[in-house]
Amino acid sequence: MSKILMKGNEAVAEAAIRAGCRLYFAYPITPQSELIEYMAKMMPKVNGTFLQAESEVSAINMVYGAAGAGKRVMTSSSSPGIALKMEGVSYMAGAELPAVIINVQRGGPGLGDIQPSQGDYFQATKGGGHGDYRMIVLAPSSVQEFADMAAEAFDLADKYRNPVMILADGMLGQMMEPVEFKPAKTQEEIDALGNIHNSWCICPNEDGDAKHHHEINSLEIDPSVLEKHVNELYEKYGRIERDEVRFDTYNVSDDNEILCVAWGTASRIVKSAINELTAQGKSVGLIRPITCWPFPYEAVAEAIGPKVRKVYVFELNTGQMLDDVKIAVQGKVPVTFWGKVGGIVFTPAEIKEKLEACF
Amino acid sequence: MTTEMICAGFGGQGVLTIGRFIAQAAMKEGRNVSWLPSYGPEMRGGTANVSTVVSDEPIASPIVSFPDVLVALNQPSVDKFAPSIRKGGVIIINTSMCPHGCKRDDVQKVAAPMSDIAQEIGSQMVLNMLAIGIIIGKTGLIKYETIEEELNSFLKEKNPDLLEKNLTAIKRGIEIGQK
Repeated sequence: MSKILMKGNEAVAEAAIRAGCRLYFAYPITPQSELIEYMAKMMPKVNGTFLQAESEVSAINMVYGAAGAGKRVMTSSSSPGIALKMEGVSYMAGAELPAVIINVQRGGPGLGDIQPSQGDYFQATKGGGHGDYRMIVLAPSSVQEFADMAAEAFDLADKYRNPVMILADGMLGQMMEPVEFKPAKTQEEIDALGNIHNSWCICPNEDGDAKHHHEINSLEIDPSVLEKHVNELYEKYGRIERDEVRFDTYNVSDDNEILCVAWGTASRIVKSAINELTAQGKSVGLIRPITCWPFPYEAVAEAIGPKVRKVYVFELNTGQMLDDVKIAVQGKVPVTFWGKVGGIVFTPAEIKEKLEACF
Repeated sequence: MTTEMICAGFGGQGVLTIGRFIAQAAMKEGRNVSWLPSYGPEMRGGTANVSTVVSDEPIASPIVSFPDVLVALNQPSVDKFAPSIRKGGVIIINTSMCPHGCKRDDVQKVAAPMSDIAQEIGSQMVLNMLAIGIIIGKTGLIKYETIEEELNSFLKEKNPDLLEKNLTAIKRGIEIGQK
């Protein structure tokens, strides 16, 4: 298959359709509007449904309904709009509904601005909604990875009957890079993930037995029933933490004097700085969490080589993933942070300067 | 080999398209590319710029701090980006709209009244194609044939007259760039 030059927003939309998404509900917001435009144009062509809801709250509840009917369904927004969806995410986690939510982050808090930011790490990984739930969070760093994550997110959502978020940002949404679409999974392959929709979803019974019915609900008014339910969810989250941690390393070796930790867009800028420092004979490694939840705690600890004097965290916020890195490092080496806010993306030159000061 | 380029000008001059065609053509030639536009609450007549990277290696940062090539279609673009061009890099200046030019003497300058030349060819719409031609002529970043093929697929049936003007502009640009 040949490569196509595409914006991240369009590539992830196309990839979602190829992954079997036929229902998409959203409300427009910059910088993810190309995604909703693409869905508006393409969904009718694949017998799917595109619906521009009257609000983000409405869109996420449409997602709840469609997920309950056992269909692959998606919504997308940018930071302030995602905040509005968070109640729905908690309800879906409680009702164990699979769905994909894309956040193309912009500067905050409040309406903030429309430039790239990583300010929603806490919101995504530490529970933007209420209650004791977890959401799988995938963080892409290129247009190709953004697109690849669409199918992966649907598979994970189906496998665990849990909402999954792709946490991108304005840069990844607006940027064009070559993208190659992977062949789509067949229905049989999707079913093989272990989530046979008909066993739980609201759908016509094959045997026509009206007594045989399923209930989709997040309300458990009896405390002992809710206790059991939450403990079962907790057990499921444990399996996800055990089996689904993803990360990537760059230039990590026993010679490293500094280990950087960065995710998404920020990690690319750090890579450029590392390339320049390598040319100067300075050894700096990078570990990039691909799943922000479950966070790669063990991998970060293991990436700290014998000569590492400092772990340096770079984010486009005031230090959010930083907390997870500190948990991973457990005080074994000092952890330093530098970030940029307000929708401003740091440059390779700035990162290089920060790292050079460590030598 | 990595080439980092910034194209900048007024909104409506087609600067984003310059970067897009270069990226598209370089991708067709088997190279790694990234295209990162400035975006924001801007209007026609406001400023626009795009960072384009073409490389034989995987591209780390798509953000260009120190361009190897700057295409500046108006004076504010020269003022904003010329100071950061790498020493020995290339600046392509549209002198029709840059009355003060560029003060640096450690970069290679290609200066031409590009808006006037575009008008001569027949339309301001070909200003960006003229710029692409100059990039090809000066740097050899991509091949003329690849762009021609791209334009053919877009315009041959839809607007053969505009196709002709575009190709004329690119060829004229190559001549200017090679001088």
